[in-house]
This record gives sequence, C-alpha cells and structure tokens, in this order.
Amino acid sequence: MRFKTLQQLVDSCTQDGVTMGQLMLTEQAKETGISEEQTFQQMADYYSIMKEAVRRGIEEPVASRSGLTGGDAVRMQSYMKNHEPSSGKEASRALAYALSVSEVNATMGRIVATPTAGSCGIIPGVFVSSQERFHWDDDHLVMGLFSAGAIGYVIANNSFISGAEGGCQAEVGSAIGMAAGALTELRGGTPEQAIHAVGLALKNSLGLICDPVGGLVEIPCIVRNGFGAVTALAAADMALAGVRSVIPSDEVIGVMLEVGTAMPSKHRETAKGGLAQTPTGRRIMQDLYGPNGRGKKKGESPQT
Amino acid sequence: MRFKDVFSIIGPSMIGPSSSHTAGAARIGRAARKIYGEFPEQVEIIFYGSFAETYSGHGSDLAIVAGLLDYNTDDIRIRDSVSIAETMGMSLSFQTSKKPSAHPNTVMLKLKGKGRQEDSVIGASIGGGNIEISAINDFDVKFTMNYPTLLVFHNDRPGIVADITAILGSGGVNIGCMDVDRKGRNGDALTVIETDEAVPLALIERIRGLQDIHRICEADLTDNEVKG
Repeated sequence: MRFKTLQQLVDSCTQDGVTMGQLMLTEQAKETGISEEQTFQQMADYYSIMKEAVRRGIEEPVASRSGLTGGDAVRMQSYMKNHEPSSGKEASRALAYALSVSEVNATMGRIVATPTAGSCGIIPGVFVSSQERFHWDDDHLVMGLFSAGAIGYVIANNSFISGAEGGCQAEVGSAIGMAAGALTELRGGTPEQAIHAVGLALKNSLGLICDPVGGLVEIPCIVRNGFGAVTALAAADMALAGVRSVIPSDEVIGVMLEVGTAMPSKHRETAKGGLAQTPTGRRIMQDLYGPNGRGKKKGESPQT
Repeated sequence: MRFKDVFSIIGPSMIGPSSSHTAGAARIGRAARKIYGEFPEQVEIIFYGSFAETYSGHGSDLAIVAGLLDYNTDDIRIRDSVSIAETMGMSLSFQTSKKPSAHPNTVMLKLKGKGRQEDSVIGASIGGGNIEISAINDFDVKFTMNYPTLLVFHNDRPGIVADITAILGSGGVNIGCMDVDRKGRNGDALTVIETDEAVPLALIERIRGLQDIHRICEADLTDNEVKG
C-alpha cells in the first residue's frame, strides 16, 4: 500500500485527484493482483450481507445465544414510529440499525466484521440509514466501504483493532472513526475533512475499556454500537462544517496505542473488570457458567 | 504490516459473535486442519489468555472445531460443529491453561490419528478475524494464512533453502514472505513460505523429490475466502 498514515492517505488522494475509496480500491487491486471489478464485487457482496443483517434484526426480535439480550432494535423501531425521538429520526434510525446488526451477531448470525464483530453494527447502521435518507445507489456505499477500509487499515497498523489488545476504544472507537471519515467523503467532503472526522471521533472514545459481561459480545457491546453510529454522524457533521481536529488524527491514533498499551489486562476483554465484575455482572456470569467457572456443556447448540 | 489489505479490515463475512474469538478461532482451526492434511481423529484444544477466560461464551470451541472440519468463517454449521465432529468420529478435549502467552488470544491444537505423527499448532487471533500461527511442532515460525502457504520440513543442510526457492522461482511462483527455524545445526528444520499464488502440484512434487525433505504441507485458506 502507498500509505501508512492518514496524512499519507490524504496526500496520495490529492496527488492523484481521487477519493479515499478510489485510492483504496486501486491499491487493493495492485497489492493482490485481483482485478478492480472482482475486488469491487467482493465488497458489494459484503454490503449485501450488512443490509440483510440490518433487516433481520429490525423485522423481528432476535434473542442472543445466551438469552441476555435481543429485541432492542425492534423496540427502537416501534418507539420511532410512535414518538418524536429526542435525537431526531435520522440519528435514531442509524442507532436502531446498528443495534440490529449487533443483535444478529449475538445470535451467531451472519455479519461482516467492520473492523471486528464486536463493532459490526456501526458502519452498517450509518451506511444503510444514510442510503435511505440520501437515496444513494449501492455502488456509492460500496466505495464508502473502501474509504472506511483505508482508514481502518491505518488505525490497525499503527495501533490496534481488537479489544483484547487495546480495549473497546480499539474496536468500537475504530469503527466510529472509520464510519465518520467514510460518511464525510460520501457526503462530498474532501479527504482532508474526512480524516479530521476520524480524529474528532477517535478522541471521543479514547480510554474506553472492553468489559463485556460474561465475556460475551452483548453487554455493553450492543448499545455501544448504537451510540457509536450516532457519534459517527456527529463527527462527520462537525468535519463537514469545517471543525478540525487540532491534534492531527495520526497523533490521536498514537494516543490510542499509548492508552491501550497501558490498559490493565482486566479491562481488555477478559471479563475480569469493569461492568463484567459488578455484582450484577458477576451474578450473570455465574448463571451462565455455574459457580465453578465454566459449567456449560461443550457443544451445546445455541438457542436460535 | 500486521494488516495487509482492505479485506482484513472490512471482513471477513462471518458467523458471530466475535471476530477474535469466533472467526479468528475458526481460521486457526482450519489452518491446523490444512497443515495436518486430513480429518483428525483426536484433537486436544488448549486455550490461553483471554481465550481461556471466555471461550465458551463466544463459541470459540464451536469455531475451532468448525475450522478442524474445514468450514469457512461464515458457514452456518459453525453453531453445531462440535456435535457434527463427534458424530463423524472426532474425539475432542478442551482445556485451559494459565501459562502466560505472547498474545492474549492464543490456542494450542494437537491433532492426532491412527498410524501417524501428532501435529501441534499454536496460533493467536489478533483482531478482526486475522491470525498469526506462531509455532508448529515446536518450530518457532510466524505467518498469517492470508496467502497460500507452503510448509517444508527438512534437514538443515547448506543450500536446501536455495534449492526449494529455485524450484518455486522456475515455476514463476513469487514468494511474499519466508520464515525458517531449526532445532539444531544439521538437525530438523522447517521452512514456511508464503506465496502470491497457489503452488502448482508439479512444483510441490519436485520439491518433495529433493534430498533431505521430510514432508511438505500446502495450507491454503484463500481458496474460498477473500484475503483476510
């Protein structure tokens, strides 16, 4: 790839007069030797899976494998029908769609990791709701996924994208940054504005720990995906309005690395701290695994 | 670069709930199956770090076994893999270890079968479904399974690596990355070669015909999965 930092990404785009999405597509094809058409088609297939996951979770309540969560996307949908949401219809829709995909993930349903499964709701939530709102065709959104991928590629190689390595900031935080930057570009913003959106968004999730109750990608992961979608919309709006990240986005990514490296292991996906170790979190864990640790029968089929 | 392309960020398409604990786990299992080369009758699975804490909640056990059955990350049968494997005659044991590991999401798989040597594979799931294999049969190596991967077990002797790569080069196969480890001077060695495209069978046979080659495995997860 021609870029390792967000600044290099912007510079390459400016030099070639292309969007981040176009640059990523070209670079990907060059790197893999697979044609641009085939590469584009692969991403288009992924977008179809995302739309299907959005649809599945809002049409009918889905219960997670553990039975702990599910149905929140449907609740949001019906609330939006009957009430005026405080955050507005558009943000609420992005939120509901993000919840939906994350709930489908918790049922062991099919999703696309963006960049991870724990954060798989944010990009579909932002993309699918924006597509409906602005009447974009699928191809536009597929190019947006390449933009999001370019941003994620920089974050992943300079910091991390897994909760076990860097906490929730690395998963949900990265996804928000990717969604914010991509949406900025989809709405006509320049690559420079887009990477300001990334920095603005990332700063808002620095330090976020990964503390899943019972170690499951459910509590608090699902609602954090909902919040994440709304934050991405806000960051894109700020960037399009001309708000800049005074600390350059590449430096913010460096902070994420610093903070994640210093994060104790109990706050990195081990379920040994945070919400997982609250009295209620511990009780849930005991119900799931039994008093002596893991009481669950191996190979037990999920309840779906 | 730990993450090589756009599909290691957007992707894989997968069965939830966790890209590290489910998709990555499935890919480690599948890598081990490819290295072993056939259906293993008996598999010991030892989880370390964060894997050890939360594997059953994430279905990592189901995912690893799905990989051992050669399923892809988005195969809906992942949910029932353990019962499918047991019906097919795979005997499974799951253990956890408190021993510190290099990466929080690490697992060791020991694959066994009648009349053949055991293979042990250690792999880590590094995020977003991406993996790193860090050891095979006590050889310390490092590769990602993002490319077709050739594993050549051989005697450590001068020129053998050149012999192997000359054959690949003569067939127009480009090497992206390579790792060599040996147990001692003139002892057993393992060369791991990641190639840009799958290695044609004829070239593999030519390598097999070289002196001091013990065994060759071709492990390729790119056949029905997008890179990453």
